[in-house]
This record gives sequence, structure tokens and C-alpha cells, in this order.
Amino acid sequence: MTLKQTPLNATHRIMGAKMIDFGGWDMPVNYGSQMDEHHQVRRDAGMFDVSHMRTVDIKGDGVRGFLRYLLANNVDKLQFRGKALYSCMLRPNAGVIDDLIVYFMDEQWFRIVVNAGTADKDVAWMKEQAAKSALSLTIIPRMELAMVAVQGPNGRAKVWQVLPQTEAATKDLQAFQAADCGDYFIARTGYTGEDGFEIILPASKAEGFWKSLNQAGVAPIGLGARDTLRLEAGMNLYGQDMDETINPLEAGLAWTVDLKSERDFIGKAALLANPPTRKMVGLVLQDRGVLRGHQVVHTAAGEGEITSGSFSPTLNLSIAMARVPREVQVGDVVQVAIRDKMLAAKVVKYPFVRNGKGLI
Amino acid sequence: MSNPTNLKYTTSHEWIKTEADGTITVGITQHAQELLGDIVFVESPAVGRNVTAKEECAVVESVKAAADIYAPVSGIVVVGNSALDSTPELINSEPYAAWIFKMKPSNAADINSLMDAAAYQTHVDSEAH
Repeated sequence: MTLKQTPLNATHRIMGAKMIDFGGWDMPVNYGSQMDEHHQVRRDAGMFDVSHMRTVDIKGDGVRGFLRYLLANNVDKLQFRGKALYSCMLRPNAGVIDDLIVYFMDEQWFRIVVNAGTADKDVAWMKEQAAKSALSLTIIPRMELAMVAVQGPNGRAKVWQVLPQTEAATKDLQAFQAADCGDYFIARTGYTGEDGFEIILPASKAEGFWKSLNQAGVAPIGLGARDTLRLEAGMNLYGQDMDETINPLEAGLAWTVDLKSERDFIGKAALLANPPTRKMVGLVLQDRGVLRGHQVVHTAAGEGEITSGSFSPTLNLSIAMARVPREVQVGDVVQVAIRDKMLAAKVVKYPFVRNGKGLI
Repeated sequence: MSNPTNLKYTTSHEWIKTEADGTITVGITQHAQELLGDIVFVESPAVGRNVTAKEECAVVESVKAAADIYAPVSGIVVVGNSALDSTPELINSEPYAAWIFKMKPSNAADINSLMDAAAYQTHVDSEAH
């Protein structure tokens, strides 16, 4: 099978990237050292090609009401242009189809950004639900758009250096707010636990933007460091920490599910009928070794499983997110089966790192 | 970096140095450390453990993945490199100095069946295609 390429594919190769097959996309895993790239983002600024993610615009009369029913979080929280909301999209049985960010543009237009590996099924699901409604909505996958994330304490300043014309419109953006600056849709969001922007732009402008950022001192960062950064930040990865067999209440995402309002949404009845028996916790390995996904966690209340684990470059020890029985408490010491050994790990609250600082 | 010609190699990317006292020293090659990336943890085999050729006996973990290290020949483990407990990244910076363990082969002649540097390079090149 031919791998899909982003508009920056050739540029990555020229910059020395090691490329891997990431869910059917030919993507950079690192440009040398994953560890150095990780520190670069925590300490200065790094850029990520996330053009494999898909922007989907939904337009038409009644789009807000449609999304109120389609998404587990409540789009009524979005009351001004550019305001963003993180949400899951659920099956009727409350399994997670995908996690996404939805932006309010106007009452005729919401913008959604979904994961790469799930994009096709997401769009199919949205279209199926729209067809069932009495509304005439158009669902438009924006295949001609690229996406670049610039993250790190100096990330925003570097973007303004390269795109000075966007500074006025974006300097007062708070977290989870975006501004439409001509060709550049700039959001103060990210997947690293650092400040920064995620920028949606025409594919034809991606290479020029990327090279200008690089000249301004922003280092390219591969998917390897993206994963350790998001793990330290305690952010879920679709397909690893949750999928269609898991509901958001057992994926550490109860904060994104609005069960308080009267509104109905797809998956709500199933969530109310099935109180969670498991929950997500953080683990910090007490012994030498590395926690990894799918390792079994033994607790006094029964077994659990690591969903994401790795070595934390910021904390210099091994950390993990794990799904365990509800009775497990922060401060407990549990045992993780690693090869032929049982190693002790301490239960903590995550995030592990935020804005460059360790929190545990 | 070229592979030192005084060493022997395995298809699973270990290097083997024969010492004057008949023991052998085992590490992983430049190519192997490059594939793994930043190494953060090394688990060396227990001293005195009897291993057979191609048996998993140590583990090297990078940020990215865990890799098994195999005994190049049959024998008994003599010592592990405890310096790697606190500085596993030495394998990245100096793969042919940062040895992982030493062992005493049950049959010294087994070493001769391992690849030399040229044969190993051919093996690496073939895996790249």
C-alpha cells in the first residue's frame, strides 16, 4: 500500500527525518534524537507537522443543534467566534468514535479537527447523522488544508516573528481560542502541555511557513517526542487510551462529558445506565525499567492495564497512564508485570508535567 | 561509523570481542543503537546464569521501544556492566565501548561461526532493502 504524504513530506526528508508508517501516513518519527526534541519543546520552541489530521467544516442552518446532539461535550459553551471545545464523539453504546476539537465560527459554521486514523469513519458518521436529521447541513472535509503546531514557551513569539501580520489578532487569545487571519487559522491549543499555537493553513503555504519557522530557530519535532510530550501532559491518545470499546468516563474524560444539562446526545443513555467501574490514574515506576502500554497492573482491588507508558525525559523516570478498578487511590503502590518481574509503581494524579515543570 | 574489524557480529546486531582470558564481551552495534534511538534502561543478565546461543538474556530499552539482547554463543554469564545502570546513554554515544555483559563460552570454537565485520555490513545492507 502506498503511504499517504503530507505537503511537508519532501521537506522532512531533506531535514534528515527518520520516516515511519503512522496509520497509513509516511510521517517523521524524529530528526535525530527524540530526547533532544522533547527538551527543545519544553525549554524553547518546536514545530510539528500535523497535516495528517483533518479539518472538517460543518455548515448550514441548525448546525449548533446538530452538534449539541452529536457530541458528548456541550457546544453551548461556545459563545463567541473562534472559541474551541474538546469533546468526544460517541456511538449509541457510548464507545468513543474519536476525540476532537470543535470551533465556533458563526451560527452557520462550526469547524472540527479530528484525528488522522479515524478521519474517514468520523466524516461517514457525521454524514450519516446529518442525513437522519431534518436539517440540510453540508459536511466538508478540507483536504486542501495543512496543519502545523508550534509549541513551547517561545512558540507564540516565533510565530509572530514569521507572521507579523497575525500578531494583533492573536496576542490576546486565551487557551482554547482561535482567530481567523486570512490564510492562517491560528488556535491557542496544543498536545504537549506547553503554550503555543496550532495553525491551519493552505497546503500550498506549508513548506514556506515551515522553513521560515526553522530559520527563526524553531526545531522540527517528530511523532516520537510528540508522544512523550503528550504523555507527560496527561493527554489521551486515541486508539491507545480509548477507542470504541471504552466510554469516556472510563478514559479519564468525564470532565469533557456534559451530563448536567437537559440536552440529549448520542451515547448519553448508555453512560447513565452504566456507571463506570474503572478509572484512569497515573503511575510512576519506583524500580528501574520502563512502563509500556498493555502491561498488566496488579492492585488490591483487581487487575488493570497500562494504556500508555514510556520514559519521561523531563522527570527522568518512567511514567504511565493506566486504567484500573475504581477503588484504587492516589498514593497506593501497585505492581506492574514487566517481562518476568513484578515492579512497584506509585499511583499519582496526572498531568505529570505542565509548562516545563514536573508536578509529581 | 564503520564496524571494528577486530570484533565478531550476530544477525541480531550484537558485537562480540574475544578477550585474552578466553571470556567474551558483548554489546550492541552502531546500527542497533541507531535503530533504537535514545537508550534509557539496560537490564543485564544475572551473573552465573547459564545461557544457550540465541537465548534472550538482556534487555535494552529506548524511549521508543524495548529490544532483547541475545547470547551470541552458549556459556555462563560472568559480569554485567553496572555503569549502564546510571548512564545507559553511553550505548548511543559509544556503542563499541559500552559493553553490556561478559560471558565464558562453553566452547571457544563457537565464536568462529559468527560473522566478521564485512559479513555483518552485508547483513545490515540487506536488511535495509
